[in-house]
Amino acid sequence: MAGVKRRHTLAKAGVVTGLVLGGLFAALPVLWMLSTSFKSNGEVFQNPPQLITEGFSFDAYREILGNGEQLRFFLNSYIVAGAVTVLTLLVAVLAGFAFSRFTFPFQRTINAVIVSVQAVPPITLVIPYFGLVVALGLYNTYAGLILTHMVFTLPYAIIMTTAYLNTLPKELDESVKVDGGTGWTALWRILVPISVPGLIAVGVYTFMISWNEYLFALTLTRTNDMRTVPIGIQMLMGQHSYEWNQMMAMSILGSIPVLVLFLLFQRRFIGGLTAGAVKA
Amino acid sequence: MTSAHVEPVTAPQGAPPAERATPGRARANPARRLIPYAYLSPTIVLVVVLMIVPIVMVVGYSFRDNVIVQENPVFVGFANYAKVLTDLDFLAALKNTAVFISVSTVAHLVLGLAFAMMLNTQLLSGVTKAIFRIVYILPWLFTIAVIAVIWRLLLDPAGVVNYVLQTLGLVQEGVNWLGDPGTALWAVTFANIWSGYPFFMISLLAALQGISADLYEAAAVDGAGPLRRFLNVTLPQLRPVIVSMAVLDLIWTSQQFALIWMMTGGGPLNTTEMLSTYTYKQAFSEYEFASASAAAVIVLLLTMVLAFFYVRQQQRER
Repeated sequence: MAGVKRRHTLAKAGVVTGLVLGGLFAALPVLWMLSTSFKSNGEVFQNPPQLITEGFSFDAYREILGNGEQLRFFLNSYIVAGAVTVLTLLVAVLAGFAFSRFTFPFQRTINAVIVSVQAVPPITLVIPYFGLVVALGLYNTYAGLILTHMVFTLPYAIIMTTAYLNTLPKELDESVKVDGGTGWTALWRILVPISVPGLIAVGVYTFMISWNEYLFALTLTRTNDMRTVPIGIQMLMGQHSYEWNQMMAMSILGSIPVLVLFLLFQRRFIGGLTAGAVKA
Repeated sequence: MTSAHVEPVTAPQGAPPAERATPGRARANPARRLIPYAYLSPTIVLVVVLMIVPIVMVVGYSFRDNVIVQENPVFVGFANYAKVLTDLDFLAALKNTAVFISVSTVAHLVLGLAFAMMLNTQLLSGVTKAIFRIVYILPWLFTIAVIAVIWRLLLDPAGVVNYVLQTLGLVQEGVNWLGDPGTALWAVTFANIWSGYPFFMISLLAALQGISADLYEAAAVDGAGPLRRFLNVTLPQLRPVIVSMAVLDLIWTSQQFALIWMMTGGGPLNTTEMLSTYTYKQAFSEYEFASASAAAVIVLLLTMVLAFFYVRQQQRER
């Protein structure tokens, strides 16, 4: 009996050691980013390195938040990601309703095309997008970014929304139809309100994709007043002669929206994300 | 984070409880048959504008010369393809991309599986595991631009990675990981491994939790030790998820642009040039939109080969 218990303790010690080592691998780079953001720039490469230095301050954050040009990057990211999220949810709910509640010719073909959009390389699309966006007068505008970001967000959103609506029983729609309502009323009065938890997961993921998008934001904008946070971080890299503390502060400020959304909706989010993988 | 994709297994082809839109009424009013298309119209318009038209355009560009920058491009047949396929820089990019995506995918799989199995242990309480799970997901929550600057800071010749290696006596002086042609490809691959394993881990963890305990008990009754149980129960049960995730990861990693662009810009001496950075440079640095389009079409074709394997795998599972 004692032997079994000892083996149990040993196994536990082994797992904990493994978890801690893995945790260090995951967290140390993040911790170092955080630590660097509080240093003065002269202390960034001091030898030996220290986690908390004498020059500990919020100066780098003050510098970023007090700079109108940097704040504009954040405003742009919120506008673009917010609009992409609202529009994606709207289009995805309509499409999900069609896939979930109707049978119609070319249903499988249309669905296959939507799924395959996910595999198309952004680098293949960016060249014609450049031509298209210039021709449509959308170069260097929010509209150009919002429209092109939706190519990434829509397929996932439609697939997830359809799957979610499929879990809701048909009887719900029927009750509305009995009362003389149409499919349209059933969708907005009954199905959408019940689907809020699923739609939140889709919305969070959509927001994250748009917030993080880099290639189109780089290519389809020209002036700083239209650029988003990822490009802002890159520009900080070239602009000053490596203000590492400010780069790290900007990186953290730029990561906060996604971190907060993830922590708030973690459970739902991971559930939605893995729904497919489990079934496979 | 650009892993903006999800398993299309959840797609409704499976067995949607879709209703036949009441055939009687549909026949009475043919307009009713159009209802689902009305709901789909915004999607269809967007897919046409954002995918079908652009792909037709880029294929068209690839057979012409002086596109975008001049008014009247001329048809040149396969000349752009011939130019790209004989360009040594392109061939280097092809080779680098192959190394980058295969090493990344294998490492994502190994780390993702190891971490998922540790997080699935019965030996620790739920709260402890939940905390570790958040820590392990951390790298996935940062945008690629942030990951690029973090690793540029860490891998700097005077950075903390070199300090640790010097202290341990593993290197004599600070290595310029991103500036040395011998190490740059491995350095960007390492950063990509760090940023990408959590997605594997989340999917594998969910799959592990779905394996029936009966299978392990039956194996234990047969006298199988931990290793045998892993090889005979865990791996076969995870196989479908592993195969789909691996193919998806190859596709996503081959599309990685921001990380390379911000860490090395494809240098030094093209050692980290990828198909994506090569194509981008052709278009937006050289303004050779025609040959860039040819490269972009080649990238699309290579992706389609991978996607074909993915779809076939999905169908086999079904």
